[in-house]
This record gives sequence, C-alpha cells and structure tokens, in this order.
Amino acid sequence: MIIHSIFFFIFSFIAIVSAIMVTASKNTVHSVFFLILDFISISCLFIMIGAEFLGMMMLIVYVGAVAVLFLFVVMMLNVSQQKNQWFASTISSTHIPMGLLISVIIFFEIIIVIAGWKYKPEILNSFPNSIDSEITNTHSIGYVLYTDYIHVFQISGMILLTAMIGAIVLTFRQRTGLKRQSYLKQISRERDESVELKKVESKKGVKIDV
Amino acid sequence: MFEIGLGHYLTLGAIIFTIGIAGIFLNRKNIIVILMSIELILLAVNINLVSFSIYLNDIGGQIFTLFILAVAAAEAAIGLAIIVVYFRNAGTIRVEEINRLKG
Repeated sequence: MIIHSIFFFIFSFIAIVSAIMVTASKNTVHSVFFLILDFISISCLFIMIGAEFLGMMMLIVYVGAVAVLFLFVVMMLNVSQQKNQWFASTISSTHIPMGLLISVIIFFEIIIVIAGWKYKPEILNSFPNSIDSEITNTHSIGYVLYTDYIHVFQISGMILLTAMIGAIVLTFRQRTGLKRQSYLKQISRERDESVELKKVESKKGVKIDV
Repeated sequence: MFEIGLGHYLTLGAIIFTIGIAGIFLNRKNIIVILMSIELILLAVNINLVSFSIYLNDIGGQIFTLFILAVAAAEAAIGLAIIVVYFRNAGTIRVEEINRLKG
C-alpha cells in the first residue's frame, strides 16, 4: 500500500508540474510536449487505480492523435512569431491579478465542496452497473457500453463524423492556377479538332507556326 | 496519511482544473495554448469521473469518460481547423490582435 501511495504522489506531482508548464512555457512546441507528459502520467494513474482500458485509451487517443494534431498545427503555423510570453501583455495589465484571484477562488470553492462532502453508505448498493471483480475491466466496460449505452455510443460516433466533415469543409480550399489532368477533356477529343491535313507545295516545305 | 483515497484523486482533479482555468484567463498571446488548457480541463473531469467510478464501484463513470474522450477529440479537431482557417485569413493568431468583434 505504501508503494501505491508513493507512486500516486510521484505521478500526480509530474502531472501538476507539467500542467503548469503547459500554460507557462514560452515556446508553444514545448507546451505540446508537456501536454503529452501530462496525459501519460494521468494515464499511469488510471492504470494504477484499476481503470486499465481507459488508461490505454487515453494513451492512444490523446497522445497518439490529439497531441500529434496539436504538434502538426503548431509547426504549420509560424511558430517563431508565436512566442508565448507568459503574463507579458502590452495592452492590459489588470487581467493578471484578476485572473489569478478568480482562479484561486475557484480552487478553494472546489476544495470546500470536496472536503465537506459525504455520501450515504447505502448508496453503494444502489448503482445499477456495479463492477464485477471476476471479469476484466475491458469486459465490464464492453458489457455495459454495448447494451445499456448503445444509443449514446452511436451518437458519439455521429459526433465524430460531424467533426470530421466539419474539419474537412473548413480547411478545404479550391486553388486557382493549378495545372491538373482533365479526364473529360482528354477522352472527348475528336479527330477533327486534333489532326489537320496540310497541302504541302513542292520545294517550299511546311511552315509551322508554333 | 499515506492511504490514498477518493479525496486525493478529487484534489488532483481540482488542481489540474484550476490550472486549466488559469491558463485560459492569463494567456494573452497564443490561442493554441488556450485550446490546450481546455484539454487540461477535460482531463481533470476525466480524473474525477474515473475515481468516483472506482471508489463507488460503478462502471458508469468510465463509460462517460469514454464519451468525453470522443467529444474532446472532435472539439480539438474542429478548434484547430478554425485556427488554421483564421490564420490563413488574418495572418495572425495572437489573442491580442483578434479583435474584429470589438469585444
């Protein structure tokens, strides 16, 4: 049990420090790297606590897809002019103490709610989908996800489809001035408009005007 | 002290949530970092859901974490597409210079 708590503190310390560095680091590429570190340490926490499927899913979805997407976008846009000078604003300077104050207030409100919160002991037996310790975590998620939550599952698939179509429609642009192969033009050529017979007079040759 | 309970995980979630909120409030330079702060906030929500799911012995929290994962991926894709289009049109994504709405 002591090992468990030591690892919890290590992983949560790394997660908190890297979360601070995501917002604080000057270079945006470094922010993306710290975001990846944050996701990895949180997924280690998930695996430790017993939610293995979600930990692996976090690794695949966040680190493998979302963070790499961020990295591509950061590198496509001009990074050199996008230096993230933390808290250094030229226009307004009052937003820093106000933002810090509001963040601290939010934090203490959440902490007050967490510290003063207790649940009734009989609530433990009132949940419909209790975790069966005989089967694995992936099995128990699959049993519930594809039966009770099947409609929500399909709606989330529709959300992903909408996001895909939306991203393609947003970033697609028709370029002008490109030389492209036109199949219709090629196969609809006739002999009359392509080949011309010239009457060649003797000793004069053909004058080809290019 | 060294017994890790539900309160520890909820506190970790609260800390990361607050860091994400502060990142949105304090950042005035780069809009991509604001998107990353939103990802941090969703991550904190995921921590809360998973820890409740484990400590209250109900699988529903992990199911909803999966849905949050899908929605977060969709949101990141759409947000980054909007940023790319805005950069193409306006030539900048600095937060201070995005003031067309005069807000």
